[in-house]
Amino acid sequence: MTALLEIKDLHVHFPIKNGTFQKKTGKVKALNGIDLAVNKGEVLGIVGESGCGKSTLARSIVGLQKPTSGDILFNGEAYTDASAKEIYELRRNMQMVFQDPYTSLNPRMKVSDSIAAPLKAYKQTKNLESRVKELMELVGLNPDMHYNRLPHEFSGGQRQRIGIARAIALEPKLIVCDEPVSALDVSVQAQVINLFQDLQKKLNLTYVFIAHDLSVINHIADRVAVMYLGKVMEKSNRETFQAHAQHPYTNALLSAVPLPDPDKERTRERIVLKGELPSPANPPSGCVFHTRCPKATEFCKTNIPVPEERGVPGQEVACFYPVGEEEKVRITL
Amino acid sequence: MLEVNDLHVHLETPAGLVKAVDGVSFRLEAGQTIGIVGESGSGKSVLAHSLTKLNPEPPATYPKGEILFQGENILTMNKRRLRSMRGNEIAMIFQDPMSSLNPVFKIGKQLIEAIQTHQKLSKKEAQQKAIELLTDVGIPDPERRMQSYPHQFSGGMRQRVLIAIALAARPKLLIADEPTTALDVTIQAQIIELLKSIQQKYGTAIIMITHDLGVVANLADRILVMYAGKIVESASTADIFYKTAMPYTWSLLRSIPRLDAGASERLLHIEGQPPNLIDPPQGCNFHPRCPFARDACLQENPPLGERGPGHLAACVLSQPEFEKEKKGVLLS
Ligand SMILES: Nc1ncnc2c1ncn2[C@@H]1O[C@H](COP(=O)(O)OP(=O)(O)OP(=O)(O)O)[C@@H](O)[C@H]1O
Ligand SMILES: Nc1ncnc2c1ncn2[C@@H]1O[C@H](COP(=O)(O)OP(=O)(O)OP(=O)(O)O)[C@@H](O)[C@H]1O
Ligand code: SF4
Ligand code: SF4
Ligand SMILES: [Mg+2]
Ligand SMILES: [Mg+2]
Repeated sequence: MTALLEIKDLHVHFPIKNGTFQKKTGKVKALNGIDLAVNKGEVLGIVGESGCGKSTLARSIVGLQKPTSGDILFNGEAYTDASAKEIYELRRNMQMVFQDPYTSLNPRMKVSDSIAAPLKAYKQTKNLESRVKELMELVGLNPDMHYNRLPHEFSGGQRQRIGIARAIALEPKLIVCDEPVSALDVSVQAQVINLFQDLQKKLNLTYVFIAHDLSVINHIADRVAVMYLGKVMEKSNRETFQAHAQHPYTNALLSAVPLPDPDKERTRERIVLKGELPSPANPPSGCVFHTRCPKATEFCKTNIPVPEERGVPGQEVACFYPVGEEEKVRITL
Repeated sequence: MLEVNDLHVHLETPAGLVKAVDGVSFRLEAGQTIGIVGESGSGKSVLAHSLTKLNPEPPATYPKGEILFQGENILTMNKRRLRSMRGNEIAMIFQDPMSSLNPVFKIGKQLIEAIQTHQKLSKKEAQQKAIELLTDVGIPDPERRMQSYPHQFSGGMRQRVLIAIALAARPKLLIADEPTTALDVTIQAQIIELLKSIQQKYGTAIIMITHDLGVVANLADRILVMYAGKIVESASTADIFYKTAMPYTWSLLRSIPRLDAGASERLLHIEGQPPNLIDPPQGCNFHPRCPFARDACLQENPPLGERGPGHLAACVLSQPEFEKEKKGVLLS
């Protein structure tokens, strides 16, 4: 089976410019060799701390960011060097939902026009009004009440629903969601997560779902990729991600998440990482995680680990010294 | 040490009167940690700021209530006493550390200044003290780091500096308003461990404000749950999580995705959104969203009632009624 989306050795580097003449003085390796595949109908969760390259990955997938090198394939066809016209065709099948529902909508555009915009762009204007109303109902907005309103009259959760209605308007196969629930209140976040899950079933959608909140990823993803400084550290199934993570970074992340359960919170052990995130303009040599890794050795400073299977089928770990089950017990969730 | 009695804080805005804090009472003992949780707009920050009367006036007014800190009422204190109280006995840290640091001065200078406003120390002694404090909060190479400007620090390091400044006078009470919300999870874990170690070392009482139930599960001895400017449940941390007595708390706990949950369970759907505080719903403020709401809930806002030792909840349902109803809601 070919994957719906495949990402092969993807690099995105941004030049760092300095001084009056904007001379190039270095580069930020926002993505530094990413390999990922997303199968039809699944949710690939992408998690990692600020600046690890999640949004750059999302933008590359939907063709908003040109890769420096590497390939991205949709249905087996590469579109890395696609023309504007080809990207236009591609976007019919691939849409994006953004984090900030406040800035991703045109403040002067009526909600109905916002939702109709992608339909017009692809000349699907037959029965436009009834289609827009149908979409509003699908995402839980009331067409009678909300059709002619402006974005500022909506709450954050409702605006995110508008963004979702736009994204599903063309019946795409894949939706790339970049932190779509991070800005929402807890109770509203639950509504929007449930909506994503309902729509996925109803419309047979595939999601690339980005979040920095591991609990959200654990809830929604079928498979999870953990990123650090432009690289994938570990790929796993949802079950193995949570219970059998092998990468020291994944384990540190899991142990850092505060659980809403005082007994567990007070008995489990926390792996507190030392230091701060290094700058992606100047990433550490060898394994990029070695400056903060509790298991790092001299070897890790000069050798680069690649993701490979280490005993658990479907789970790939980029580490020379994966965390064993006996080590994991102490941070048990 | 701190006793808040029937506190009301109003904000006069062009759109109308915001009752941001609407009859809040609680006590805090020395060395204790209280967590205040609630969603956006529930009044957490306004409450936190009123504890040292830091809300800008206008728009804030304090029409009713008292805040007793070691027996003295903060609301009626004269300006001089209030100023010496802030920073000396009660210190605050906020969500956005950049806004509390001056971008044009070096970290060291700001820290030394903070130390000298509270203690009569020579420049040299203050400098020594500053290095100690930065070491305390885990800034590596503090001597060199004193020469840095705030923008040269990461978010986590700036928050540490603010904690260092807050600790400069060895306050008895530290109020932390979402100090980790803007930080990455591994940095958040560092800051939480830091706050715990400070508490152990100096016996500082802490009021920790957050919307993250996990953070308070770890840190707090007691938890106050806020909704629409009121405390709707108040109990020991264990009781809040394991003997939840108020439908809002209960719904909130079931609407958050959990890292320790097994196979993907559906999140509980709380209808609607948090209310606006200019025109909050009549009766129980939670009733338009409450899965247990009934006619009685429209009559009046239920007062806090006792559900167990030290456990208060504001709901018309008695504990046995609530236990029975819960099963029905989970099944539906
Ligand atoms: N257009 C750009 N020009 C230069 N650098 C960029 C650009 N976009 C992103 N970067 C840098 O690339 C790195 C990755 O950024 P990206 O936004 O992809 O991270 P992220 O994982 O989405 O972070 P966050 O969680 O904060 O959203 C960062 O160091 C960022 O500063
Ligand atoms: N300066 C102000 N002027 C007018 N209204 C204000 C002001 N500050 C706060 N409010 C209002 O008071 C209410 C309580 O706000 P507060 O900031 O205390 O909420 P919060 O619980 O801290 O929320 P968050 O989680 O978003 O920080 C809100 O309705 C808010 O809109
Ligand atoms: S390769 Fe070495 S430094 Fe990298 S994660 Fe594994 S043990 Fe740590
Ligand atoms: S008083 Fe009624 S509406 Fe309010 S929380 Fe209790 S059951 Fe729900
Ligand atoms: Mg991003
Ligand atoms: Mg606040």
